[in-house]
Order: sequence, then structure tokens, then C-alpha cells
Amino acid sequence: MKALMEFALLEFAIGFAQLCFVLAMLCAAYRLFRGPSAQDRVLALDTFYINGMLTLLVLGIRSATTVYFDVALLIALFGFVGSVALAKFLLRGEVIEP
Amino acid sequence: MNVETLPAWSAVPAAILLVLGGLCTLIGSLGLLRLEQFFQRMHAPSMGTTLGTGCVLAASVLVSSALANRPIVHEILITVFIVITAPMTAILLMRAAAKRSGARHE
Repeated sequence: MKALMEFALLEFAIGFAQLCFVLAMLCAAYRLFRGPSAQDRVLALDTFYINGMLTLLVLGIRSATTVYFDVALLIALFGFVGSVALAKFLLRGEVIEP
Repeated sequence: MNVETLPAWSAVPAAILLVLGGLCTLIGSLGLLRLEQFFQRMHAPSMGTTLGTGCVLAASVLVSSALANRPIVHEILITVFIVITAPMTAILLMRAAAKRSGARHE
């Protein structure tokens, strides 16, 4: 009975966290499409990929595999590179300076 | 061994950390949606996502350590990476926005 309650608690927490991340992704997607300026869209994309990474991590906790961890690490790496490239482009007008 | 047979010392803190992380991230993204100016919108997601990532990764460390019966801390990698890179992105975006809005001339 006790183990069943703890299992239900963790299941509830995982479902709640996934719901929160999906709602957060919806907010970021709305800002991405609506955003009045270019820097708003870049910031929304940054939030969007971090939320997607967190969704994958929670999925990894639920299924108790480590594959999702590697995918999340890759998303974090490439998302950071993309955000910095876009911000640099907004700042200077080109990404790689001669 | 799977999630259903976790011991209490890892299941209860992991559940609390997951709920906290979800709430922090949701509040940050709501701030991104609702605040009015770009320089206000800058705050919310960078704090919310960093805190949410920390909470979720701590929960992941707890669960995977309890599942494998030994400490597994490679999730710390993502935390360190996010903590290092989130301020860099924020600083670059802030400077780009300041330059584009003409608030500061260098």
C-alpha cells in the first residue's frame, strides 16, 4: 500500500511536470510566431529548446532509460550554438567575422 | 527494476523536485508571454528555465541512482552546461537588443 502510494505520487509528479513543460512550450511558440521584434523570436526559440529538452528528460525519468539523456545533451549543445549564432547576427550583421 | 519499485527516499524528493521544476519553468514561460517590453521579457525565461533545469536534473539523478543502486551523476553535465551558457545567450541577446533599439551607442 505504501509503495503504491509513492508510485502514484511519482507518476502524478511526472505527469504534472510534462503538462507544465508542454504549456511552457506553447507560450514560447506563441511568442515565437507573434514576437514584435527579432530578438523576441530568438529569446522565444531559446526558451523553446530548453523546454523541449526538459520534456525529453522527464520522459527519460518515466521510462528509466539513459538514451534520452544523450538526446537532451545534444539538444542543449546545438540549441546554444544556434542561439549564440542568431544573437551574434543580430548584434553585428554577420556570424563569422573576417 | 523500474520506476514502480523505487524506494521512498528517492521517490518523494524526486516528485517534489519535478513539481517545483515544472512550476518554475511554466512561470518563466508565462513571463515571456505576458510581460510588456523586451527588456522585461528577458528576465523571466532565463531564470525560470535555469531553475527548472536544475530541479529536473536533480530529480533525474535521484531516480537513476536509486534504480542502479549506485550514484550516477552524469546528469550534472547538462546542469553545468546550462548554467554556463544561459547567461552568455542572455548577455549577447541583451546587447543585440540594446544596439537595435538605439538605447546605447558603443
